[in-house]
Amino acid sequence: MSDLPDTVKPAISQGLKLQWEPAQDAHVLLYPEGMVKLNSSAGAIMSRCDGARTLAEIVADLEHSYGLSGLAADVRAFVALALQKHWLELRE
Amino acid sequence: MSGAVPASPVQTAAPSPGPPLWLLLELTYRCPLHCVFCYNPTDFARTGAELPTAEWLRVLREARALGAVQLGLSGGEPLVREDLEAIVAEAHALGFYINLITSGVGLTRARIAALKDAGLDHIQLSFQDSTREMNDFLSSTRTFELKSQVAALIREFGYPMVLNVVLHRLNIDHVGEILEMAEALGAQYVELANTQYYGWAWLNRAHLLPSRAQLERAEAVTQRFRERVAGRMQIYFVVPDYFERRPKACMNGLGSVFLAIAPDGIAMPCHAARMLPGLELPSVRAADIRSIWYDSAAFNRFRGEGWMKEPCRSCPERGKDFGGCRCQAYLLTGDPDNTDPVCELSPQHALVTAAVERAERAGREGPGPGAAREQVLVFRDHRRSIPVVTEVPARR
Repeated sequence: MSDLPDTVKPAISQGLKLQWEPAQDAHVLLYPEGMVKLNSSAGAIMSRCDGARTLAEIVADLEHSYGLSGLAADVRAFVALALQKHWLELRE
Repeated sequence: MSGAVPASPVQTAAPSPGPPLWLLLELTYRCPLHCVFCYNPTDFARTGAELPTAEWLRVLREARALGAVQLGLSGGEPLVREDLEAIVAEAHALGFYINLITSGVGLTRARIAALKDAGLDHIQLSFQDSTREMNDFLSSTRTFELKSQVAALIREFGYPMVLNVVLHRLNIDHVGEILEMAEALGAQYVELANTQYYGWAWLNRAHLLPSRAQLERAEAVTQRFRERVAGRMQIYFVVPDYFERRPKACMNGLGSVFLAIAPDGIAMPCHAARMLPGLELPSVRAADIRSIWYDSAAFNRFRGEGWMKEPCRSCPERGKDFGGCRCQAYLLTGDPDNTDPVCELSPQHALVTAAVERAERAGREGPGPGAAREQVLVFRDHRRSIPVVTEVPARR
């Protein structure tokens, strides 16, 4: 899955909800009768997966926001994992 | 309904508890059905009046402020509450993920549209009585037609079609037909949940506990079906814990993540905890959720490990299963502090193996002189609603 093209537009899967939970100091992914507490990098990536931005734009935004470079491989690997777990889906 | 039990990834029951991440509102004990496996208390008809809408909304606000985020709405049948839409709307505005656990009875097009509008996230449809519905399915009669309509509505409104079927000795041999029925309903997820023995199911345990052979056959049938529908349907098979060697990590430890509120406002660390002796459960009518969760004696009673007895107290697995289920320990041994006798290490494990052996005999011999001693099957209804504690001495 690391061959995901830069142009895909990942989005939170239908029926799931991502939100910031102050009580847990984390982004939390909510799904039927379950939840996953995300670590800060996963939260930063997932919160940018709005189905409008491409993978390349998400990487650029993260690099800009955190003043880092060379994040593409890590972001792509996480998005691939999240797709496999059905946390994310791809939009046209 | 076992679907209300959280399978939370959250880790430990610490002496200093985190927030009640899971909130279950049992909005009513009223229900058009009379299921023999219902976990509702057997004395439900004696409980006080249901909370009014404004009180439920206050509970939602207070729990959400503490960090509650997963919400289950169940009962009884939650659709009998006419304010369900108002409760869902408030929960949605507060940021809850909202699960409705329903038999589907009363889920009309108008109501599902209103619930969707109000922000309902998820619906779990339960079979009310899979034996009857299966007969209806095979003979294409009315109840199955109604269920099909509800299933179609659920799909039409963009919800995943999630079906929960409670298994027991009387229907487990028909698991293949049950799965075909689920497929005909367009189910994407099916939970085959073996009965948990609380409430009405505890009264009926002698009739409901399957034999090991039945269980193995059902698992094999499920596995073959799973292979056939791979990619279209996901099927979960929950083994009854009487057949396990270690107890379940019930509620991740009482008072760790789960908060249930009964129809009359009684707050409970698990939906069956009402039966536990000596536990003075607080009411949301008299106290706020913060003080109930953090300060009440009832919610602190089973936190940490101080309450544990041997063999749990010195067991290396005590941080993993928290001694199992307190309600099961009480129902089977008479003492809620004992190790859940499902555990092989419990000195009272024989209580569980004896129940399984009785089920084996009943499975081999069918109803006969041995079965005649057993009580008749008790259907949940108001007239038969009795306190289950009177049953306990006979089983010690």
